[in-house]
Amino acid sequence: MALAIKENNQLYLSNFETFEKNLNGEAGSWCHDVRRDALRKFDELGFPTTRNEEWKYTNVASIAKENFKHIIQPDFDLVSTNDILRYDYNGLAVHLLVFIDGHFSGKHSSVRDLPDGVKIGSLAEALRADAAAVKQHLTKYARYDDDAFTALNTAFINDGAYIYLSDNALIEKPIHLLFLASGKSEPFVSYPRNLFIAGKHSKATIIETYTGIKNNRYFTNAVTEVFVDENAHIEHHKVQEESSEAYHVSTIQTYQMANSNFVSNAIDFGGLIVRNNPRATLDAEGVESTLNGLYLGTGSQLIDNHTTIDHAKPHCNSHELYKGVLDGSARGVFNGKIFVRLDAQKTDAKQTNQALLLSDGASIDTKPQLEIFADDVKCTHGATIGQLDEEALFYLQTRGIQRDMARDILTYAFASDVIDRIKIKELRDYCHQRVLVKLQQDRLEGIDKE
Amino acid sequence: MLDVKNLHVEIEGTQILKGIDLSVKPGEVHAIMGPNGSGKSTLAQVISGRDTYDVTGGEITYLGKDMLDMEPDERAREGLFMAFQYPVEIPGVTNSYFLKTGLNEIRKHQGLEPLDAMDFLKHIKEKAKILDISTDMLNRSVNEGFSGGEKKRNEILQMAVLEPKLAIMDETDSGLDIDALRIVSDGVNRLRTKDRAIIVVTHYQRLLNYIVPDYVHILLNGKIVKSGDKNLAIELEEKGYDQIRAEYSDVKAKLEETV
Ligand SMILES: Nc1ncnc2c1ncn2[C@@H]1O[C@H](COP(=O)(O)OP(=O)(O)O)[C@@H](O)[C@H]1O
Ligand SMILES: [Mg+2]
Repeated sequence: MALAIKENNQLYLSNFETFEKNLNGEAGSWCHDVRRDALRKFDELGFPTTRNEEWKYTNVASIAKENFKHIIQPDFDLVSTNDILRYDYNGLAVHLLVFIDGHFSGKHSSVRDLPDGVKIGSLAEALRADAAAVKQHLTKYARYDDDAFTALNTAFINDGAYIYLSDNALIEKPIHLLFLASGKSEPFVSYPRNLFIAGKHSKATIIETYTGIKNNRYFTNAVTEVFVDENAHIEHHKVQEESSEAYHVSTIQTYQMANSNFVSNAIDFGGLIVRNNPRATLDAEGVESTLNGLYLGTGSQLIDNHTTIDHAKPHCNSHELYKGVLDGSARGVFNGKIFVRLDAQKTDAKQTNQALLLSDGASIDTKPQLEIFADDVKCTHGATIGQLDEEALFYLQTRGIQRDMARDILTYAFASDVIDRIKIKELRDYCHQRVLVKLQQDRLEGIDKE
Repeated sequence: MLDVKNLHVEIEGTQILKGIDLSVKPGEVHAIMGPNGSGKSTLAQVISGRDTYDVTGGEITYLGKDMLDMEPDERAREGLFMAFQYPVEIPGVTNSYFLKTGLNEIRKHQGLEPLDAMDFLKHIKEKAKILDISTDMLNRSVNEGFSGGEKKRNEILQMAVLEPKLAIMDETDSGLDIDALRIVSDGVNRLRTKDRAIIVVTHYQRLLNYIVPDYVHILLNGKIVKSGDKNLAIELEEKGYDQIRAEYSDVKAKLEETV
């Protein structure tokens, strides 16, 4: 088997040509030079096969071989108000940006009464209106030289969310970025590209939601770059509920300055093949970085989380808690990389990965990957894989609780550990509810099969 | 109420219970005494429906029904309760949620309206007060980080809340200091009614000073070797298990011949 699949490269090259023609004069910009460079890189890399160590357990051949249509002109009318309201998270008051098939839809969005020093809008707009700040940060953190998906996303940079917080800017209301895939039956791809810039001492909460309105096949290839300046504090939540036929590959690259705090809770419910690459670079002292995740896989879902925490400077703390619940013949992958550079003394890094296998057909491949070059550090990692505790099930049953319900209670408790870290009550309640619905769905599907 | 007849139980091919007969009627308190490893917990767990044990012979009827056909939760909904020797820790599930769910499942089965959060709280506070148990543990995860005494008190509280018809208490006294023992046994005594039967499983006679049984059975090596009234417990305390064992080694020998 080859290291890469390149048979569809021509499709992407010709998609690029069409894309380029539609850029209206922007083709001479610095950004376009980067796009071209990224396209070249993608052409060289091709889609990875399982011979590539980073993709050992995740076969993306079905993505590589599909003829995805690149949507340049979105049809916003394919999405109704109800599709949007499904994600109002129990009436949570937010600044809402809606993206349909990767494109910002102003008519579905609502951003009002922004505090001073805060800009929220589309990247397409910011590339024109906020050119200096965008140029300073965009494509500076998410490397694409060894990552075909990031290269592809970078080649097609056009739209996504742009959040800019100037020094000391505080925004109370969470910012909700809702990425909706339309119900088009022909397989299509979108390349959301997000840029969050948090100035010194700024503070914000950002929610990213990725979902589809039908059970159609599409491919979301998203890249988010986050620059967190000194003493800034960003709470980030990601809810991934793509359609059951969809492919979702995402990278979030955070770059943190001194004494900044970045917390991310990522919840995966949907998608057929899902690969997330949450990456944080701690490039100054006193940084706190937290990457938490929960994934619930059923049917033949494959959910792969490859986290990377790069401790480049001393006195930083990182925390990772990833939990997976896998049923049916679902597969999970967790790979947790932690680099502690020579300079990064007094690093405290903690990584925990726990998977619960609810059926014989479910499986998980998990690997911590610690590369430590400093000597005075504290790094702990633990991985557990297990079934529901029979003793606990029996205990619940002896109190009158039926076995199915007892299983749900224990599974829910396992999953809640991550959800409970979401500070926004409305979103937390939504996720709790969603876990219950998914557990029940599984059982109904299980009964169907019998 | 409960009739155990010639019950034989194996685990992984090893015979543990070798023909148990036990008959319990409403309002009675039975004590089952025996040294470590005699099969007390096995009996309690099999009656409760634990499926890691293989019942290779005999029968258990409960309220006229074949109990061996029932799931553990069905048995519980029919009014059976077991206080565990080693209560299980369940992180992430709060005690109150757990108990409320169980209680409401039992109520549904009895054709009663489920209790809402408020009514449940009232119900549980009432019970806790009668038992002189603090309700602090309600908002904690089930048994997680509980001391030995707290775990046992939690079992008693659950018993009081679920109001079983038949309660089996598996070494609820072990590991308790004298004060905790008093709380637990006072609790049990308050739960004694003419309709409710209780089986107290214990290693020591000590508990039976507080919970005075109507019947005492001595379990040795998977077999009830002697039954009597409360005086049997006192006799056992005086003689010790070794002497009883010696007395019944003949019985045992005979038994093994017949097996
Ligand atoms: N899971 C098990 N596997 C093998 N043997 C067991 C298991 N559980 C109990 N036993 C054995 O069964 C016998 C009775 O145990 P148990 O019922 O716990 O006794 P008691 O409660 O009277 O101390 C003991 O010899 C014990 O070693
Ligand atoms: Mg025991």
